Amino acid sequence: MEDAVSLTGTQDTKADGPSLIRRILRMRETGLIAIILLLFIVMSFASPYFLTWVNMRAMVMAFAVEGIVVVGMTILLISGGIDLSVGSVTALAMVIAGWLFLNGVDPWVASAISIAACTGIGAFMGFFTTRIGLHHFIVSLGVMVIARGACLLGTGGRPLGLYTLPPEFKFIGQGSIGPIPVVIILFIVVVVAFDFMLRRTTMFRKVFYTGSNEKAAAYSGIRTKKVVFLTTTLCSALCGFAGIIYMARFGSAQPTFGIGMELNVIAAAVIGGASLSGGSGTIFGAILGAVLLSVVSSSLALLDVSVYWQDIIRGSILLAAVSIDHYLVKKRA
Amino acid sequence: MRDDVILQISNLSKSFGPVRALKGVDFELRKGEIHAIAGENGAGKSTLMNVIDGILQPDEGEIIFDGKAVRITSPTMAQKLGIGFVHQEIALCPDVSVAENIFMATTNVSRSFLMDYKALERKAADVLGQLSDINPATLVRNLSISHQQLVEIAKALTLDCRILILDEPTAALTEKEAQILFGIMRQLADRGISIIYISHRMVEIFDNCDRVSVYRDGTYITTQDVADIQPSDVVNAMVGRVIDDLYPKKQSEAEKSDDIILDVRNLSERTRFKDVSFRLEKGEILGIAGLIGAGRSEIVKGICKLEGEDLSGEVTLNGKTLDVGSYRDSIAEGVVYLSEDRKGDGVFLDMSIASNISALKPEQVANALGLIQKQREDEQAQELGDRLNLKCGTLSDPVSSLSGGNQQKVAIAKMLSVNPKLIFLDEPTRGVDVGAKAEIHRILRNLARSGVGIVVISSELPELIGVCDRVLVVREGRISGEVTGDEMTEENIMHLASVGGAQATIH
Repeated sequence: MEDAVSLTGTQDTKADGPSLIRRILRMRETGLIAIILLLFIVMSFASPYFLTWVNMRAMVMAFAVEGIVVVGMTILLISGGIDLSVGSVTALAMVIAGWLFLNGVDPWVASAISIAACTGIGAFMGFFTTRIGLHHFIVSLGVMVIARGACLLGTGGRPLGLYTLPPEFKFIGQGSIGPIPVVIILFIVVVVAFDFMLRRTTMFRKVFYTGSNEKAAAYSGIRTKKVVFLTTTLCSALCGFAGIIYMARFGSAQPTFGIGMELNVIAAAVIGGASLSGGSGTIFGAILGAVLLSVVSSSLALLDVSVYWQDIIRGSILLAAVSIDHYLVKKRA
Repeated sequence: MRDDVILQISNLSKSFGPVRALKGVDFELRKGEIHAIAGENGAGKSTLMNVIDGILQPDEGEIIFDGKAVRITSPTMAQKLGIGFVHQEIALCPDVSVAENIFMATTNVSRSFLMDYKALERKAADVLGQLSDINPATLVRNLSISHQQLVEIAKALTLDCRILILDEPTAALTEKEAQILFGIMRQLADRGISIIYISHRMVEIFDNCDRVSVYRDGTYITTQDVADIQPSDVVNAMVGRVIDDLYPKKQSEAEKSDDIILDVRNLSERTRFKDVSFRLEKGEILGIAGLIGAGRSEIVKGICKLEGEDLSGEVTLNGKTLDVGSYRDSIAEGVVYLSEDRKGDGVFLDMSIASNISALKPEQVANALGLIQKQREDEQAQELGDRLNLKCGTLSDPVSSLSGGNQQKVAIAKMLSVNPKLIFLDEPTRGVDVGAKAEIHRILRNLARSGVGIVVISSELPELIGVCDRVLVVREGRISGEVTGDEMTEENIMHLASVGGAQATIH
């Protein structure tokens, strides 16, 4: 029925407009793809190793799991929030599941409990921000430190070796289906699903309304606090999911994992077009942002650039991307 | 050029993208005069004032200040020239004392390292003393809006001004405070200071100003001595046509109906309004007048549950009790509220026109799975846009790309998207140009004819009188009276709004 309407509906010239190509050119994603392609071309000349299957796979593996966290962060940023605790919560997910496993709990059950606990942490932060009215920044800063402390407390500061993890569990982190690692498949599924939902569903449209103008959203009958509560919770839940994949991949739970992850994740989302003041961003763009950062890191490593330089360059890319965007938006207005 | 002219502006133009806000306007200000600026919203008054204050740079034109051609490149430079500007929007630091706010500019250029708070408060008390009994040590946050406005004015008075611009300074003041302000204005003028006075209120212009300049749609119309003309001349010059054409025809006798759309009985809120009772008949447009802070918006927001605590009373919609727990429920019942603050909470400026229009119920343009059908969303926007004569590039453009009038049409289209039974419109034409204003008024009349309940809240009395069939007046949270037919005059409404009158019975 719906399809019939859209197929037979009169073509709306105003809606499509003559500038479809221009609109695509203007899109953040197009610029990012161009830059990434350029890097690919340059690097394929600079290093014979760059365009090999092994390197490509390593590059995707490097950001795939973090990419799942990027998804949660992007949605949260669109709703007007931010979460600094993603790295700690991801580590905590590993630690909780690992600890339970070592204490005899089935790994799948342990993972479910761990993801539920992370979801609970998100709900806790959502409660503080929406009900008590504290700022996301402060609440998640507090939780970041608390979760890290809990990780260290639960492990005594040492990684938990999970040598007896059953192979079918390790399969999520280490296995492949055909030539493609399961990790990458999981990543693609999460990205495609959330990108689609964010673009198309009424549920996620409310996230945009809320982030764009919270008061106007409330004046449109949207329960904005509920929306922000849910996006905060979702972000932590995805951290939990990511933590479990990491655990399966490493075969251990590392209490110090993910320090500084929040910066990478926020940078990826922002380079991909998410606004820190809410209301705009796409999953696709944020993932491209993550790809860009990963390609740059990989390139620098292949070119034997000191690790210490890498942070400086990553930070500069972030500032450059955001400045260019700010300039373009201002010029367009 | 006469030698008593302090500021002479000629052939000044300013464009914002494709919008030409000023098209070669002139302005002449003499020493020691109070010069009123009149014009509808969108006439270019604010742009002109912002150019004088250095906030905006003109595209072309000449500014001669005290005999010398100048380019005013920043508000700081304007201040150095002796131009003070009291903006309509209050821009004080809420968590800082009144005294510190008043001397913010002086502190900025002060050479001493430490703040001398005692001296500051003493000096502030001197300036404030002329205006009001505000304690200079109070935090601005704790002042009423009208007192904050007085602080803004005091702030300008401390500068050694040669020109003082007052942009609708009385909008938030009580009658008494306004009279005090007029007294001070005259004293300043007698000392040779020139005052530019922007107001919509003809009475204020004719009682207190020497000359008036009129602007319309970015062009300069005329400058006259107030003594030589009538208020109606100014109004006609402002709108560029005879005022009768401005408003749609009212409800005729034949169109009257006994059907009651909305019946409100003894509605009270904890502090903001009390015992409010009124009815809205089918086919009529009901106006609500009252001073700012009287509780006009609060009453209608209370009805649709946007705000308010401890509400009591009874509301029926089309004969059925309206029992809603939240604004969300209210929308579902077909009762919607158009916000007075369009940019603040009426539209999503950076989102597309189409997604703005579907915001009240995105489910309407989605399929059973909750997926938004872009085609349907665009069709809905297109249809409502056509109905309201919305002028836009494409429906995927952000709302921020539209003019004020068209933004307001998007906000109204958003209301209409849910086929409402009753719309409360709070300041529906604020910041909207004359043409779009008349269109919006026609739309409202057509909606009322088609059986949709229309309640209009407005601070512009001519609008209420021109558009509404009946006007309720609210004073201090109560309905102080009702005017209809020939009784609908600015004088009657202002009287009910400021000094009251017997609680009118509801017919």
